[in-house]
Amino acid sequence: MKTENQKAWLFVLPVLFLVAFNALVPMMTVVNYSVQETFGNNQFFWQGLDWFEQILRSDRFHAALGRQFLFTATILAIEVPLGIIIALSMPRQGIWVSVCLVLMALPMLIPWNVVGAMWNIFALPKIGMLGYFMNDVLGVSYDMTQDPLAAWITVVAMDVWHWTSLVVLLCYAGLMSIPDAYYQAAKIDGASAWSVFRHIQLPKMKTVLTIAVLLRFMDSFNIYTEPFVLTGGGPGNSTTLLSIDLVKIALGQFDLGPAAAMSLIYFAITLLVSWVFYTLMTKDDRR
Amino acid sequence: MRKRGIIPVVYILFLVLPIYWLVSMSFKTTNEILAGFSLFPQTFTIDSYIAIFTDSTWYWGYINSIIYVSLNTVLSVTVALPAAYAFSRYRFLGDKQLFFWLLTNRMAPAAVFALPFFQLYSSIQLFDTHLAVALAHTLFNVPLAVWILEGFMRGIPKELDETAYVDGYAFPHFFVKIFLPNIKAGIGVTAFFCFMFSWVEMLLAKTLTAVEAKPIAAVMTRTASSAGYELGLLAAAGTLTIIPGAIVIWFVRNYIARGFALGRV
Repeated sequence: MKTENQKAWLFVLPVLFLVAFNALVPMMTVVNYSVQETFGNNQFFWQGLDWFEQILRSDRFHAALGRQFLFTATILAIEVPLGIIIALSMPRQGIWVSVCLVLMALPMLIPWNVVGAMWNIFALPKIGMLGYFMNDVLGVSYDMTQDPLAAWITVVAMDVWHWTSLVVLLCYAGLMSIPDAYYQAAKIDGASAWSVFRHIQLPKMKTVLTIAVLLRFMDSFNIYTEPFVLTGGGPGNSTTLLSIDLVKIALGQFDLGPAAAMSLIYFAITLLVSWVFYTLMTKDDRR
Repeated sequence: MRKRGIIPVVYILFLVLPIYWLVSMSFKTTNEILAGFSLFPQTFTIDSYIAIFTDSTWYWGYINSIIYVSLNTVLSVTVALPAAYAFSRYRFLGDKQLFFWLLTNRMAPAAVFALPFFQLYSSIQLFDTHLAVALAHTLFNVPLAVWILEGFMRGIPKELDETAYVDGYAFPHFFVKIFLPNIKAGIGVTAFFCFMFSWVEMLLAKTLTAVEAKPIAAVMTRTASSAGYELGLLAAAGTLTIIPGAIVIWFVRNYIARGFALGRV
């Protein structure tokens, strides 16, 4: 068991200083902007909570938030089951394990703007591999710069390509921690593949799956660079996710007040959902 | 069993296709790329790579990125080690709250922080230095490093600490000479993750630099906009960004799955 020791704080201080410097100062700047109005020339006027009210009532914010939730829900619904299936069918030992792991981790190590650019070129009609295959081989009309549905499918496919491996690796780590004796016992009992999965594998994967869902939720909810480079939020606003909209308001229109208020609301939503996941996760840890 | 093997193969094929496309494009001329679809380069050329390796703006982009990523990795792991030890061994006032607060920084959208970061680092005269990007990236790397290291450390039995005390080792000696070698794998994996997230993050890196410490991403966007679309050059530059990651992943391949599970399996 852990012992109570207040001196442990000394060990945490360096981390505390470093993260506080990076987190609190910018956060205060954002809070500062969110309650003021500026007309340039560094003149600021007290605005109170007007920006928050304006953002919370605006259709534009609702639409972006809706798209964001739809996106996150879609990729979670695809990546989590797919990740489990792939992890279950991975080899358990031998040289192929290393090869699989390295190849699978590869997409995660590519800079995000390169991921976006890569998929952009990959999907171009006529000259991109995917675009060519869809239009000229399958005969489906596919152009993500014109068709919102095609743009959505491309953004989702890119994220599945980029991050499913995270779920696979996590589940695989969970599966590897199951002792062989469990499988032998199940074999003696004549358990079906399904009941092995349901009663042995799934419970062992619970912790890692929670981590996977938590990480995928946080990262997909904050996603910016990849879809921005891939579609620029278009066609129209169809793939303008929350972060993209935020940057448009902050840097495109230079509406710092509303952008700051939106940042705080955005952050609060991420925090709330993540807190729920975190509580679920640490509840298991304590047992 | 045989049939099962097909699933990872199909999946890896799906992962490799876009990468293959990028690499194959980097060996084509821009004219060939724009002329239409071809699976293999018709006129094989390494001109794009030559252009990158002979232009100092290009290759300095890579060097700059590697400098701030390494700085960040060393910084993050160093400060995270004692903190992770404290979290894994002791209870103290506000420990759970502190741990969660650290995690919240992993959740903050980078887009939210871009502008305030620019102002913060300009005001302390660090704008356009490698240190600025390395420090900014600790925002999400330090919490992650603490999280992973704590998972690995909790797997080391407390008896190890107690035996060392009984044997009369002073704490710093115990920590560096006895404890750290026991979590070597954990430190390796943590360093890998810090490297990875600092390497792939480009929004803050771009915001905090102008000329002196410009990362490869900023160089790429410049080329994309000024010279029309130099697709061949862009593909070559993209291909080169994959290589450092591929190298480091090979070193930690045996621990990577456990690392992704934050040491919690």
